Amino acid sequence: MTQQVSRPMGEPVPAPTAAPLGFEAGMRSRAERSSGLEQDAVESEPTAGSKPPQDRQRRRKPLLVRIAVTALLVVFGVVFTYPFIWLVSASFKPRGEVFDNQLIPNTFTLENYVTVWQEAPLALWLWNTLLVTVLAAVTVTISSAMVAWGFSYFQFRGRNALFGFVLATMMLPGAVTMIPTFLIWNGLGATGTLYPLWAGNLFGSAFYIFLLRQFFLGMPRDIFEAARIDGANNWTIFTRIALPLMKPALVVTLLFEAQAAWTDLMRGLIYLRDSDTFTVPRGLKALVDQFGFGGEWHWEILVTASVITTVPMIILFFIGQRSFVEGIATTGSKG
Amino acid sequence: MSVTELAPAASGIDPERQRTRRAARRRNTRAALLFLSPWIIGFLVFTAWPIGYSAYLSLTDYDVINDPSFIGFDNYVQLIEDPKIALALWNTFIFTVLQVPLYVIVSIALAVLLNQAGRRSSGFFRTVFFLPKMTPPVAVGVLFLLLFNGQNGLINHVLGWFGINGPAWTTDPAWVKPGLAIMSLWTVGGSVIILLAALRAVPNQLYESARIDGANFWQQTTKITVPMISPTIFFIVVVNTIAAFQTFDEAYTAFFGSGNTTYSNDAALFYVIYLFQQAFQFLHMGYASAMAWLLFVVIMAVTAIQLWVSRRVVYYEADVR
Repeated sequence: MTQQVSRPMGEPVPAPTAAPLGFEAGMRSRAERSSGLEQDAVESEPTAGSKPPQDRQRRRKPLLVRIAVTALLVVFGVVFTYPFIWLVSASFKPRGEVFDNQLIPNTFTLENYVTVWQEAPLALWLWNTLLVTVLAAVTVTISSAMVAWGFSYFQFRGRNALFGFVLATMMLPGAVTMIPTFLIWNGLGATGTLYPLWAGNLFGSAFYIFLLRQFFLGMPRDIFEAARIDGANNWTIFTRIALPLMKPALVVTLLFEAQAAWTDLMRGLIYLRDSDTFTVPRGLKALVDQFGFGGEWHWEILVTASVITTVPMIILFFIGQRSFVEGIATTGSKG
Repeated sequence: MSVTELAPAASGIDPERQRTRRAARRRNTRAALLFLSPWIIGFLVFTAWPIGYSAYLSLTDYDVINDPSFIGFDNYVQLIEDPKIALALWNTFIFTVLQVPLYVIVSIALAVLLNQAGRRSSGFFRTVFFLPKMTPPVAVGVLFLLLFNGQNGLINHVLGWFGINGPAWTTDPAWVKPGLAIMSLWTVGGSVIILLAALRAVPNQLYESARIDGANFWQQTTKITVPMISPTIFFIVVVNTIAAFQTFDEAYTAFFGSGNTTYSNDAALFYVIYLFQQAFQFLHMGYASAMAWLLFVVIMAVTAIQLWVSRRVVYYEADVR
């Protein structure tokens, strides 16, 4: 059955390497719908060669303008990267030199990393955060994709009204539901555990439901009808056909939520008490309280812990750079 | 697709057909509900019930340990009388008024700049501008304390090159909020990407005909670019205003928490920080719930005003919406 199902969709399925292109195609069709033009909403390297000559004409600017643009870009580029370089550099400096604002440490030391590792259960914190991040990202992607599919493939009475509810929940400030949500987890005896940090994601998230629905709506319906005639049931159509076609959008959801989960401070503050259960952001805040405000002023420890908290996100970005950029551009194009 | 072809034929009067069709639709609805079930459960448990219960709690005195006791609108009366509420609202308001325009202007400027650059360099610098956005807000809070340190911080160090004696950003109550607003500019990358996508969608023909008519760069920017991307600008303004009203992570990291006596707390006491303290440090759950509803009303009112203003200011192409 699987064989039969996969055949009719053989043609429109993008090859794995062309996945980003599939993504772009979806976005381009949206851009076309909204502006009625062939202009790309996002930069698309693959089509660079086939760009009409008007683009090249537009790029031929006076030398002075080009120099000014490049110079400004370089200046801003330095402004944007320097704080992080400063942070990394400071993490290799001994305590007395953290604030010396030197790019290259006068005294290079790895001691801060050793100290942080000894002072705080960092390995445990990293493991906790990794667990929360993976669980949060995977559950929200699966559940949101299911719900988005339910809203885009099926036709039933009250669908639009119900979807309106989904959108309305996005407008609600988190503060309103924060306390009762805490009481729910508290009632379940889950405070002090990591569950409250991710388990809510089992039920989907309005933002991702909206994002994924947009993509499902952009897919040709014929494929699904063909699969249905071949005897595929709803679940098979969803998992075997819709999800594989949605891979780029699913990656965006995974990455966005991974970032949100990794950097989440508020839930850690609300739910986690023991140092052993801390996530990295919660742990970093504890270190700030202990080594900064405690009066000891061990800035080198805070600097180093900040680097350790941040580096996984930088890695995540470089893994999914394209998806991040395209996902964000899509988010805005609904405005 | 043959299903859709069959559909019109089946819409005849044949009752047998009609019954099967109704059954099919029922099956369809049931299948849809099955796919929607995660959200429906989540909505009922984590949104609908909390909204109702939060409204109820706001009328009670509740400390988690003892049962909530009904006190009518006392919490709301207290909201008016509590000077810290006024302070927190004022701080949040000032921060929003400083941060949102700065943020929007800088992201537009960077997006326009990227749009002027060649394809390769714009791709590279887009990445560079976006990267800081990946920094966890806690780390941004730590970085704020370091970079904006009054005596040794990098910011004042650089200002010193130009002979400017920088303020004590992290301790002087007058400079805490401007400092936090400037720090937030470090993470404009997301908005820059959104605006750049909008800029690229502006049809080239508009600029060409403007150039033929002799319009200069500034005229093109104000008469073509800004109107064409105004829906996106509006989107960023609204989203950022809502976020600024709920700002928490950076300021809480830098100025609050156990044992913090060094920094001037009150200047950075933003509304959600005070709400968090009331709820989870003092366990005034009823009062904090009332605070949450006040925040909700304020955000709704501000968003409504922005929507109303946008009717006059934002340009929508005829075929959009």
